[in-house]
Amino acid sequence: MGYSFPEEVLEHVLSFIDSDSDRNSVSLVCKSWHDIERWCRRRLFVGNCYAVSPAIAIRRFPELRSVSLKGKPHFADFNLVPHEWGGYAYPWIAAFAKAYPWLEELRLKRMVVSDEALELIAKKFKNFRVLVMYSCEGFSTDGLATIAANCRNLKELDLSESEVDDVSGNWLSQFPDSYTSLESLNITSLSSEIRFTALERLVGRCPNLKTLKLSHSVPLDLLPNLLQKAPQLVELGSGLHTKEVHPDLYSKLAGAFSGCKGLKRLCGLRDVVPSYLPTLYPICFGLTSLNLSDAPIQCPELIKLVSQCQNLQRLWVLDYIEDTGLIALAESCKDLRELRVFPSDPFGQEPNVSLTEQGLVSVSAGCPKLHSVLYFCRRMSNVALSTIARNRPNLTRFRLCIIERFRPDYITQEPLDVGFGAIVEHCKDLKRLSLSGLLTDRVFEYIGSHGKKLEMLSLAFAGDSDLGLHHVLSGCKSLRKLEIRDCPFGDKALLANAAKLETMRSLWMSACQVSYRACKLLGQKMPRLNVEVIAEQGHPDSSPDEYPVEKLYIYRTVSGPRSDMPSFVWTMDKNSALRSS
Amino acid sequence: MEGCSRKDEVCPQLLDLISKDREWVLKSGEGRSHGSPEEKKLELRLGPPGEDWTIKDNTNNNNYRERDESLRYLRYLSSMASMTHNCSNNNNNSNIINNTTTSCGKRGFLETVERNTGEEGYQVKTQQQQQQTKASFLQFQSSPPVITKESSQPCCTKVVDLQNTEKKAFSPASANTAVPNSSQKRSAPTAVVGWPPIRSFRKNLASSSSSKPANESQDVVPNKIASEKPVEVGKKGLFVKINMDGVPIGRKVDLTAYDSYEKLSSAVDELFRGLLAAQRDSSAGGIQTKHEEEKTITGLLDGSGEYTLVYEDNEGDRVLVGDVPWHMFVNTVKRLRVLKSSELSALCLGSSKQEKAPLDSALK
Repeated sequence: MGYSFPEEVLEHVLSFIDSDSDRNSVSLVCKSWHDIERWCRRRLFVGNCYAVSPAIAIRRFPELRSVSLKGKPHFADFNLVPHEWGGYAYPWIAAFAKAYPWLEELRLKRMVVSDEALELIAKKFKNFRVLVMYSCEGFSTDGLATIAANCRNLKELDLSESEVDDVSGNWLSQFPDSYTSLESLNITSLSSEIRFTALERLVGRCPNLKTLKLSHSVPLDLLPNLLQKAPQLVELGSGLHTKEVHPDLYSKLAGAFSGCKGLKRLCGLRDVVPSYLPTLYPICFGLTSLNLSDAPIQCPELIKLVSQCQNLQRLWVLDYIEDTGLIALAESCKDLRELRVFPSDPFGQEPNVSLTEQGLVSVSAGCPKLHSVLYFCRRMSNVALSTIARNRPNLTRFRLCIIERFRPDYITQEPLDVGFGAIVEHCKDLKRLSLSGLLTDRVFEYIGSHGKKLEMLSLAFAGDSDLGLHHVLSGCKSLRKLEIRDCPFGDKALLANAAKLETMRSLWMSACQVSYRACKLLGQKMPRLNVEVIAEQGHPDSSPDEYPVEKLYIYRTVSGPRSDMPSFVWTMDKNSALRSS
Repeated sequence: MEGCSRKDEVCPQLLDLISKDREWVLKSGEGRSHGSPEEKKLELRLGPPGEDWTIKDNTNNNNYRERDESLRYLRYLSSMASMTHNCSNNNNNSNIINNTTTSCGKRGFLETVERNTGEEGYQVKTQQQQQQTKASFLQFQSSPPVITKESSQPCCTKVVDLQNTEKKAFSPASANTAVPNSSQKRSAPTAVVGWPPIRSFRKNLASSSSSKPANESQDVVPNKIASEKPVEVGKKGLFVKINMDGVPIGRKVDLTAYDSYEKLSSAVDELFRGLLAAQRDSSAGGIQTKHEEEKTITGLLDGSGEYTLVYEDNEGDRVLVGDVPWHMFVNTVKRLRVLKSSELSALCLGSSKQEKAPLDSALK
């Protein structure tokens, strides 16, 4: 370079660059850019908390303000990851407490957070503003009380789907009267009775409160008061349950909802009493997101509700909506971008509702912006999948769960290879895919050859042989996360594509046929991978090497094997192959 | 293609399991206290299938089986092997290893039998039902035993021979087991862990649901399923967390494994005895010998010991364990704690409700 311009200028320019991958590119330009960039990076995202150690992160980025961490593998959501597997937040928080006294935001997903960790957050970060714990566990309302009592500048407290040890609901009262900065509160997962007076006062004194998502224990008669105190709400989650229908409660509620002119997102409605649904009609037009996956509303009421939400972009709903409801959705909600249909009776043997592949086909035809789908149903056909693929080549996320395993195409009895093949072929920007139904190795051939942008793939009860896995590992160039359960994939594909594993965030395989020997070999040859074998039934050394391991979790890391493994997890390292078996 | 050699090594084991299974099949009609009533019915009915064989659901017939069924067959053979090894991992805390292995082997066997029975009744390749159902007359996809060159390996042939000779004895059994699945009338869902893939975070179901199934994979809408759910939960185990004063690591106990407070108390003792000794060991500087004498933890229920067992119920109150009948306790308990008896009166938290016996009065 002939000349250089001042660092401050570059820093200023970089402050407009938020995307992590862009920042990573910047840091590769030259040493000085690398240095400048690391000093001015404020946000860090760690997709796997064991891929890097707190020390390394702190050394590289000395001035962070916001950190996101993810712990357990995704299949932990379905109880496939044993309890106490790991994902502890405390070491990170303790390290941050020393290194980043000005840390403002922590977003944790699938991690174990103790009350001690929460206490550290409360006491060590003077300007702490955002705490999001999505699907976490390990803490109690005592920890929340400490946060409430000490974080004067807290803007956001989000406990969605976390398992909270609910000691008492008094923690809300710990927010001092002088505290007014709350903007977002999500306590849907708490079950204990909260002090309603405390909640009302809190809501009343926080003028910037935009998001309020309450647990179902908040009774209906409280809601009008809350809404009146917070007419500026943008997002509301609440039950609509009550023991009896009171006419004046109804009118109070209707009035309160009408007053919430800015309400855009609605969820909860657990135990909803259908006769209260019309109180929502005034706000339907403004809604962009509606989550009814807790609400056992039947089809006719659903249709009435949904057909008034012409600006809806996201709908999560139970399969009570049925095909007819989805047809109505397709006609009314032309701006729909994301649809999730959950099963109301997932373990029942017979369908309890009339929801089939037709519903999804209708929505794919009628909603041009639809790009994200999660759909539980009981039957599917190749022709339906092909139609969906042709209708919606802009799909980026497609997750189909046919409830009964190994279900073939219900019309032809063929496997669903061709249908899913059509999806990956036509949807060139597909980033996330989950398969189900009867599938052979062929579908993986399609995925390997067409799924070039695929980043996350979830497989269960699919495929015939190692060839299937080989297609995926060798063909999907952008693959980051692969999670597999109960598929007949063994050593060959894994070992042949070992190098691929270093380009991915993680691979999960459970109830497959990867032998212990292969795991040891991988661990020995690939020092930048942690090859973790989970064996709850006893040390894998006690069985012959060729026996398959129960569960296998492989992830790339720069910080070596972790030191907090429980007794049933072993990391295969370079010494493991030397251990006698 | 792959792993046939592995199958060779494994096949003998598979054969062993099959021969054991025969006995298991015949005995299983008696006194199995596990399994749903439906499954018991299956086990007892060893007669011919009768018109249950008619295909009720025309959407599933045998056509698709033409393709690759040989590979699938092999896959099952090898997956049987893996499942015999892996079987038990799906049993959260139960230790019926023998049964699970036999059941897995049984499954494999059944599967091969049904392949021979071909056209009779369809079998959708439904639930490879795992051990949790205990009755393992399970369904497999049935397909004609067209075997490719790979399966001409000796071990596989052996299995084929075996199934041929025993086909007669067993096809009724398999037929019977095929039937309920095929007609989809089975009322007891034989669930696989984590399938369908639904989040289990919804613990705060309708207030009537009193259990806190920490590891349940069921996610149910209260209105529809509330009546059925307790049965499933009871079968799978009721896990509640238990913490002990002075021990940082909590555990989980399966309350369905006990039927009385005494049993629970001794289980708690076993669970924490070692941990407590380890804590004492480490807190004393770790100078002691590794295996410090582990003191039994006694007097948990009557206040006479160093520790006392308390629980938190669904209303958030802390209650002394032992006050209410066992089944009531199981229905309302959300969490257990082992507290130092000396600190009990200081910790009488309770809620605004007063009707539970205050801890300090119970202590006296």
